[in-house]
Amino acid sequence: MDDLKQELKENIVEQLNLEDIAVEDIDDNDMLFGDGLGLDSIDALELIVMLDKNYGIKLTDPKEGRAIFESIDVMAKYIFENRTK
Amino acid sequence: MKAVYINSVGSISSQKTFDNSSFLDEIISYDDNIILAVDPNYKDYISPANSRRMAKGVKMGVVASKIALNEANLDTVDAIITGTGMGCLKDSKKFLSAIIDNDEQFLTPTSFIQSTHNTVGGQIALGLQCKGYNFTYVHASISFESAVLDAKLMLENNEANTVLVGGVDEIEDYTCSLHKLVNHIKKEKVNSTDLLYSKTEGAVFSEGANFFVLSNLKQDSSYAQIVAISTYNTLKTNITDVANTFLKENNLNIEAIDLLVLGNNGDVTYDRFYNELSSGIFENTQQVYYKHLCGEFNTASSFGVWLASKILKTQKLPEAVKLNDIQGSNYKTILLYNQYRGENHSFTLLRRC
Amino acid sequence: MSKGIAITGMGIISSIGNNVEENYRSLIEGKTGISRISKIKTLHKDHIMVGEIAFTNQELEQQIGLTPDNNYSRTALLGVTAAKQAIQNAGISNINKYKTGLISATSVGGMDKTEAYYHDYFENKATQKYIAGHHAGDSTQKIAEQLGIEQSLVTTISTACSSAANAIMLGARLIKSGQLDRVIVGGSDCLSKFTINGFKTLMILSDTYNTPFDENRKGLNLGEAAAFLVLESDKVVQTESKTVLAYVKGYGNANDAYHQTASSENGDGATLAMQKALKVAELSSSDIDYINAHGTATGNNDLSEGQAILRVFDKGVPDFSSTKAYTGHTLAAAGAIEAVYSVLALQNNVVYPNLNFKTQMKEFSMTPQLELKEKELHTVLSNSLGFGGNCSTIIFSKKQ
Repeated sequence: MDDLKQELKENIVEQLNLEDIAVEDIDDNDMLFGDGLGLDSIDALELIVMLDKNYGIKLTDPKEGRAIFESIDVMAKYIFENRTK
Repeated sequence: MKAVYINSVGSISSQKTFDNSSFLDEIISYDDNIILAVDPNYKDYISPANSRRMAKGVKMGVVASKIALNEANLDTVDAIITGTGMGCLKDSKKFLSAIIDNDEQFLTPTSFIQSTHNTVGGQIALGLQCKGYNFTYVHASISFESAVLDAKLMLENNEANTVLVGGVDEIEDYTCSLHKLVNHIKKEKVNSTDLLYSKTEGAVFSEGANFFVLSNLKQDSSYAQIVAISTYNTLKTNITDVANTFLKENNLNIEAIDLLVLGNNGDVTYDRFYNELSSGIFENTQQVYYKHLCGEFNTASSFGVWLASKILKTQKLPEAVKLNDIQGSNYKTILLYNQYRGENHSFTLLRRC
Repeated sequence: MSKGIAITGMGIISSIGNNVEENYRSLIEGKTGISRISKIKTLHKDHIMVGEIAFTNQELEQQIGLTPDNNYSRTALLGVTAAKQAIQNAGISNINKYKTGLISATSVGGMDKTEAYYHDYFENKATQKYIAGHHAGDSTQKIAEQLGIEQSLVTTISTACSSAANAIMLGARLIKSGQLDRVIVGGSDCLSKFTINGFKTLMILSDTYNTPFDENRKGLNLGEAAAFLVLESDKVVQTESKTVLAYVKGYGNANDAYHQTASSENGDGATLAMQKALKVAELSSSDIDYINAHGTATGNNDLSEGQAILRVFDKGVPDFSSTKAYTGHTLAAAGAIEAVYSVLALQNNVVYPNLNFKTQMKEFSMTPQLELKEKELHTVLSNSLGFGGNCSTIIFSKKQ
């Protein structure tokens, strides 16, 4: 699980081009959206593609993403339980 | 009708023009067929959080507009009007190649969103929280002129008091490789100083952003008055006739023009339009050119307006831009002419203020 | 200076008709142009629906009279088709008799060719003719050439989905200020893999018929279309004793300055655009008889636009409907398509039904017009809202 979390952090920083954020600065329970990392609706769409491409999880409604992408912790748990690859 | 002034400038080009306190004090010479803009430190102007999705063209546009706003001492404007001939090429290419390379799968939205032609205008508005009029013109070599024409219409009729106007285009590799295929880009590398003597097809491609605050309120620091601007999709007759008519419409004769600013790009097929004027009716007029400094791109003529504005304000004329030996001193009225590949011609008339 | 901005001709090609008459018939018969895609090979063909024009490029080329060595994108072919109709409809035989300009709008431009020949360009010399046709201004240059507009003001606007509304706006301002006597305004966009996949990544493409202003709307259908209008000054109308179809009475553009793609929830930009247009028209909101809404059927647009309509029409919302369920969202052309529909509404005194609507949105109690309604119309307001926060409103009127 820790490896998965680390992988997610690295992918998020790289994929979303978060130049000013270091992987080590992201806490497992930090809010990814809003006041936390400051991600927005476009990032949510990027993360949905990441779920599909890296873990074989398909979301059809972007609204589903809101709960899943709450934090690294929540996201990792969801991926762990639902991944197909 | 109110008069329209250029109150400030902001330029990012393949010369070091982003510092308004200098004026081509040192010239960067190139020996290439594609040249890039000299980057200012974008981070001084845009936070990492805001710039993380921006390709170079968007950054250049946003920063050039900030330089212009800073100089005009404005936090916002009534309208933002942008010209871009090719739009956001880097993101267009990124999304297009992703579609083709990944067979329409696993595509992400960011590059598509950023590929829209009005991304620069939209991002400037977002940054300034400017809810005013916001247009983007995308018509080849008159994209910038269309933006100026629109702004002038607004300011003359008092629909706005301050308008941010700019031209921006970025270099992108795939597009350049296509333009090389059809000889729109020169096959060979050309030294900047030899550009007009290359006698070969095509131009040296480049990129840049030149933004201006236009206003119907003159300031002590204003650069110039924009007296007139006209664009022509094609020519019915010849450029001499069009020039004569344009001057007549503005109650001017040839002698009233103190300086002619030409957009020659060294393309052996199309420089004849410039040559017709420079060796014809404007033979006895002092002439300058600039595309050996900033390269060719659809909105390169915005660099010409930057150059003319600087000349009118400083009354200095850099040695490197001189096209003929005629020496002027008191620059009051400047005429600019530009075209690309025989289409989309424009005349712009600036006056000292 | 011209006080009035007269519309004296219109031309259109869309998925619901190849000319003005066919489009009108489809509108009043409630006939949609939405179908499965047939002309573009895409992986998404079973998951999306589009408003596609039946003619192939070859058929369009023949109708225009182009030789096979032409380098027209589909955007240019559609644009020329619609613009020629508009000129004919306006009874113009000598285009250069008056100072005439052309302002077109596109977002796709020549992308259909670039995506088709992406790799071929390097191997097949015959395809290279399309390289110079990629940029957005190319289709406009070709339309000008086909109409015989020379040495004149010809330009292109690209502000995403509000583009053609902005072309109409600039045209109106150029007539009003006396810079032009006549201007052809409109827009053209063809379907492309680029836009299909783009909107797909935004997850706002419906897999079925789009349902504007419905609680359970699933997103938009993309469409392709072109439409052009001829705007003429008072001077031309008087000198030529022109029949005036309607007038451009007001116009407004504002920026939402909220997000690169999404509209603000309270619809600030759209509110400002409508308010500005009413001000230019010297009308109050109660003077508007029908709103042709942008209504793309995305969750975000219909909510934002609905809120804006409620804010501007605080004394009562007039009949409104979106025609996107007929044509799909035709992007940069939409503002011109809907301008033609607005003028037709005024001419025929009808309000078009908003197709596919079932359930009212929970955020507000507004129901679009659901049946074809005949009533005397004097003014129609049309919205076009786009990426980059770009919001535009045009008001059309029967009388000057």
